Amino acid sequence: MPKVTSDADRLAAFRKKAATGVRDFDFTTVSGQPVEILYDPSSVADLDHDRDLGHPGTFPFTRGIHPNMYRGRLWTMRQFAGFGTARETNRRFRFLLEQGQTGLSTAFDMPTIMGYDSDHARSLGEVGRMGVAIDSLADMERLFEAIPLDKVSTSMTINAPAAVLLAFYIATAEKQGVAADRISGTTQNDILKEYQAQKSWIFPPEPSMRLIVDMMEFCSEHVPRWNTISISGYHIREAGSTALQELAFTLGNGFAYVEAGIERGLDVDAFAPRLSFFFNSHLDFFEEIAKYRAARRIWARRLRDKYGAKDPRSWLLRFHTQTAGVSLTAQQPENNIVRTAYQALAAVLGGTQSLHTNSMDEALDLPTEKAVTIALRTQQIAAYETGVASVIDPLGGSYFVEALTDEMEAGAERYFAEIDERGGVLACIDQGFFQKEIGRAAYAYQKAVEKGEKVVVGVNRYVHEGEEPEIPTLGQDPALEREQAERTRTVRAERDHDAADRALAILREKARGGENLMPHILDAARKYATEGEIIQVFREEFGEYHDPAYVL
Amino acid sequence: MEEKIRVLVAKPGLDGHDRGARVVAAALKDAGMEVIYTGLHQTPEAVVEAAIQEDVDVVGLSILSGAHMTLVPRVQELLREAGAGDVMVFAGGIIPDADAATLRAGGVSAIFGPGTDTAEIVTAIREAVADRPAAPDS
Repeated sequence: MPKVTSDADRLAAFRKKAATGVRDFDFTTVSGQPVEILYDPSSVADLDHDRDLGHPGTFPFTRGIHPNMYRGRLWTMRQFAGFGTARETNRRFRFLLEQGQTGLSTAFDMPTIMGYDSDHARSLGEVGRMGVAIDSLADMERLFEAIPLDKVSTSMTINAPAAVLLAFYIATAEKQGVAADRISGTTQNDILKEYQAQKSWIFPPEPSMRLIVDMMEFCSEHVPRWNTISISGYHIREAGSTALQELAFTLGNGFAYVEAGIERGLDVDAFAPRLSFFFNSHLDFFEEIAKYRAARRIWARRLRDKYGAKDPRSWLLRFHTQTAGVSLTAQQPENNIVRTAYQALAAVLGGTQSLHTNSMDEALDLPTEKAVTIALRTQQIAAYETGVASVIDPLGGSYFVEALTDEMEAGAERYFAEIDERGGVLACIDQGFFQKEIGRAAYAYQKAVEKGEKVVVGVNRYVHEGEEPEIPTLGQDPALEREQAERTRTVRAERDHDAADRALAILREKARGGENLMPHILDAARKYATEGEIIQVFREEFGEYHDPAYVL
Repeated sequence: MEEKIRVLVAKPGLDGHDRGARVVAAALKDAGMEVIYTGLHQTPEAVVEAAIQEDVDVVGLSILSGAHMTLVPRVQELLREAGAGDVMVFAGGIIPDADAATLRAGGVSAIFGPGTDTAEIVTAIREAVADRPAAPDS
C-alpha cells in the first residue's frame, strides 16, 4: 500500500470544502448508501494487504479465487435460455453455442418450476411461456439432442423440483453413453431464497432441506463435477433488496446449507467445494464490484475459521452473475443494451466465473435471436476488445473500492448477527424478516423513482412522448401448449405401466423414511414417471407451503 | 363519511413475481384504500371467491408469466357467473400492447405495464369507482 500522505482530518476538510457548488443530485448508490466525493489513503488506513486482500488464489481471495483468473480461462459465457417445448429450446441452445457461448443455462416454464405436468389444470395458459416445458425424461432427451453432455456444462434454474430435473439430466446422459461422473453443471436448488424472494416453493422448509442435502450427499459420491446448489442473491435483489441485503442474505443462506450438511454428518470438505453462488449485477457500478469482493472474503473466512474446512477449495466462493433484469425498461428498450453492458463490466471487474447478459427486449418478452446475440456479443467485446481481462482485480487498491468492500463486509456481519439473534435463517423466514426487509427496500426505491430522486432514463427523465415504435418480440405459438400436453399423455400411455407405478410406490415409501431419495427419483425418471407424478407423491407426503400473505 | 374503496390485489396462476403486486398494494393502502392481498399461486376460482367474500370494488390482477390471456378473461367470466360482473378488473405486469388492447376491449378497465407510477394507478381506480353507475338500491 502507498505511504499514507493524507490523514482523516485533512480528507474531512477536503470533503467539506468540496461540498459547495455541488449539483442537485442524489449521490447515493442505487441501494441508498451514501458515497463520499473522494477517498484517499486515510480511507483504507486499517487495510492490511495480507490479512484482508492477499494475492489472487490466496486466502482470503478478495482479489480473485484463482491465481491467473481470466488469463487462465475467461468467465463462462452462459446465456439463460428456454421457451416453448424442448424442440424450440434445443434449437436456441445450439444457436447460442454456435454464436460462441461456452456453457448452457436452462430456463424452465412455470408448470415445470412448480411441479405440474403440461396437461395439468393449473398449467393452462402457462406452458412454455417463461421457459421450456419439461414433463419427463423424453422431453429432456429432446432438449439435449445433438448436444453431448460430456462436452458441455449445463446450469438448470430449478429449485423445489431440482432433484427430479437432475435425475432427468443424469438419465439423459446415460442414454448418450455418458456416465454420471463425467457430467458437469449446476442445479440452482436454493430453496431458502425461494421463501425469501423468488417464491417458487412447493413443500415446507424441512422436507425441502432434506431433498437438498440428499442431492449434496448423492452428488458428492456419484456426480462429483456437479454444483449441487447455486446459492442465489440474484432473486433477492430482483425482489427489491439493497446490495448489502443481497450480500448478507445470500451468504447467510450459504452458511445455513453448510450447517445442514454438517448436521447430516457429512464432512464439510466433502460437499463445500461444490457449493456455488449466483449474484445480480445491478446498476451501481462500484457497489457491485465491492459486493463481489466482500463476498469472497467473508465466505473464505467463515468456511475456514468457523466451519473448520481444511480443503482450500471449500474456501472458494465461485459465482455466476446475471445482469439485473429488474433494471430493464419497456420504454426505449435499446437503452437496455447499454445498461447490460455496464452491468456486465462490473461483473467482470468483480471476478465472476460465469456470466449471463440480459437482452434488450426482456422487459417485454423472452429474448429474440437478434437481441440475445447482441447480449452475447456484449460479453465477447468485453473479453476480447477492452483489455479488462488482462489484469486481475484491476480496481484492487482503489481507495474507494477497498473502503466500500470493507463497508459491505461490516454491514453483512451486522446482518449475520441479527439473523443469529433471531434464531437463524429458518426462524427468520417464519418471522417474515427477510421478506419485510426486501419489501421495505422495494417500496422505498419505488417512491424514490416516483419522486424523481432516483433517475430512470426513458421513464422519469428523457421520456419520449407519444407512441413508441415497437421492437420485434418473440411471442409464442399457442399450439405448442396443446402439442406438449398431448406428448406427455402419450409418454404415460406408452411406458411400462407396471414399472412406472412400482417406482412411484417405492418413492412414496422412501419419502416417509429417512433414506436418500435420489436413487429412487432416478429410478422413477428412468421408468418415464413424469415430473408431475413424482412431485405429487412428495406433495402428499411432505405437504405444501403457503404464502404468508400480508400487506406491508 | 365516504366509504373506503376496497381493492383485491391478486396473483393468479403460477407466477411468483410479487414485488410489483406488493408495492402497488402498499401504495393503495397509503392512498387510503382498503387492500386485501391474496398471496401467490391463486386459481381464478380462489381469486373470485376472495373478491366476493371481501366485497371488493376492484380486482387488480398482477401477471408477469405470459398467462394473462387465459387468466384474466377466466377471472372476468367467473365474476360474471357469480353475479359480480360490476366488480372492476385492472391488470398489471408484462402484457404486450396488442394483448392489452384485446383485454381492454373485453372489459378490463386499464392495464399497467412496467414503469407505471403508482399515483397513476390510484387515480385510475378512484376515477373508475366514481364513474361506476350507482347500484339500483342506493
